[in-house]
Amino acid sequence: MKTDARTVIAIQGLTKRFGEVIAVDAVDLNLAENEFFALLGPSGCGKTTLLRMIAGFARPDEGRILLDGQDMTAVRPSRRPVNLMFQSYALFPHMTVAQNIAYGLEMDGCGRDEIKRRVGAMLEMTELAAYGGRKPDSLSGGQRQRVALARALVKRPRVLLLDEPLGALDKKLREQMQLELKRMQHEIGITFVIVTHDQEEALVMADRIAVLRDGRTMQVGSPRELYEFPTSRFVAGFIGKMNFFAGARTSQGVAFGGGVLAGTAAEAASANGAAVAAVRPERLRLATARPQGTENAVAGRIVDIAYHGQDLNVHLAVEGAGEEGNERVLVRLPAGEAEGGDWRPGLDVWCCWDAAHTRILAV
Amino acid sequence: MPSLTKLWLGAHLRLVYLFLYLPIAVLMVLSFNRAGLPTAWSGFSVEWYGALLDNKAILNAALNTLIVAVISTLLATLLGALLAIGMEYRRRSAALEAVLFAPMIIPDIVLAIALLSFFTLLDFTLGLHSIILSHVVFNIAFVCAVVRTRLRQFDWAVFEASVDLGASEITTFRRIILPMIFPGVLAGAMLAFTLSVDEFIIAYFTAGAGQSSTTLPMQIYSMIRFGVTPEINALATVIMLVSFTLVLLAQRVNRGAVGV
Repeated sequence: MKTDARTVIAIQGLTKRFGEVIAVDAVDLNLAENEFFALLGPSGCGKTTLLRMIAGFARPDEGRILLDGQDMTAVRPSRRPVNLMFQSYALFPHMTVAQNIAYGLEMDGCGRDEIKRRVGAMLEMTELAAYGGRKPDSLSGGQRQRVALARALVKRPRVLLLDEPLGALDKKLREQMQLELKRMQHEIGITFVIVTHDQEEALVMADRIAVLRDGRTMQVGSPRELYEFPTSRFVAGFIGKMNFFAGARTSQGVAFGGGVLAGTAAEAASANGAAVAAVRPERLRLATARPQGTENAVAGRIVDIAYHGQDLNVHLAVEGAGEEGNERVLVRLPAGEAEGGDWRPGLDVWCCWDAAHTRILAV
Repeated sequence: MPSLTKLWLGAHLRLVYLFLYLPIAVLMVLSFNRAGLPTAWSGFSVEWYGALLDNKAILNAALNTLIVAVISTLLATLLGALLAIGMEYRRRSAALEAVLFAPMIIPDIVLAIALLSFFTLLDFTLGLHSIILSHVVFNIAFVCAVVRTRLRQFDWAVFEASVDLGASEITTFRRIILPMIFPGVLAGAMLAFTLSVDEFIIAYFTAGAGQSSTTLPMQIYSMIRFGVTPEINALATVIMLVSFTLVLLAQRVNRGAVGV
């Protein structure tokens, strides 16, 4: 956690409307020095609009953006010490790779020698040294992505904004680039703000994540905080897989299937009314008989078993669990543990877990 | 049988091309005819090409045509290219599109009458300048159409990327937009030039009285009333070669640069 680190960008009450639609709704965020920050959310949640407002391409209707304490809201995009790496890369097709990278430095009025030196260093760092004289058209997707990155980074911005930077790459290259981007961010030591709809990508790369929905921040925290301690049903369901058990709120937990599921209540969950108990698939265990003790347990029937190599995904039919029409519970058994049991479809089982791993959330 | 189909298609292709180009070929051949008759071949000669150079009226008309074509092309290219950028950058409007296409679609005769009435209404003196203005009117539409097809291939994010990297709007136009659309602009300009060179109806209506503002097509028309001479054939051959070269060049420029 970097709570004591200096704030680079402070976003205060930022709001953007497109006609009737509120794209970004009173968002407050503090981005720290040297932080890898992810704006995560489904499409249409306002994450790209938020990024474009930081870059200066969209004007907020309300609120302001401070950079190092200075109000940037009215500053033109060309004058902000912030650079954006576009989703389409937006490379200049009529210029070579080296010319693309040099462009921003030319705009800054750097001397010829300095430009040559800095472009060379950038080509080296992004492993593009052999491609300086090539046109973007003759490069692969991964190479183009690195040119876009180099072009934005060569200006040494205070903050680098990345709009879905890995969206156009195939899965294998994407995983490689996730680690590569993280390494570069550590090496250069500037703040990265990445926009993504891919929760896995955000978990792997980011130091902190803001989950957005309908223009509002739902939760801001480290990947572990969001995964282990979601404060809303939306965040719980959006990040990773989650099992939900809906019922009436009681003083001990959530009433479900004739018993009570105990757990830790998120602040937003009210003390009475309806609530859901949420638990991750890897926290669940299977048993043929109801286990003794204070553990949470529900009865169900195995409907499907999927082998994933490192683990076994067991799908249970549990009445009232999950969502309407899809009353399923997912149990993820580690391979070693799964070998001990004789699990097969059709078997009636008990599914049990610790109260410590249960989050009680508002519906 | 596929080979038979292929054979038929090939024959059809040749016939269509023959249909298109036979009259032109005949004209070109006759321009080298020694005798003054348009029908009977009497030996090879280039004398009619020499006669062209001695004809003051033709040279004057050619100069007029060149002046009209060059100036109207420059104006139409500038205005048409800017219009294209504006049309592509802003939100599309069906009404605006239709209005833009109008000068390309409505018959020349209608445009000619409209322009003449307009000039008369304004008490505008007619001459080369009114022909130039009239040619700019329809050429803007053509240049705009050509440049727009080129702009469609681009990702507008490159222009934002330029601004993001610290460039002003003017620098972005000079360093990014212009180089990227230049082949389209050049192709549009060449098209405009060829259209202007052989335009007759509108020039005829808006030239006003007097020999001083006669363009080449008008000159040919006045000559042809006394019969087709090999001199006209020679002139037509020259004009056609110029137009053909320009069209080919325009095509090559626009195609060659698509992959840039």
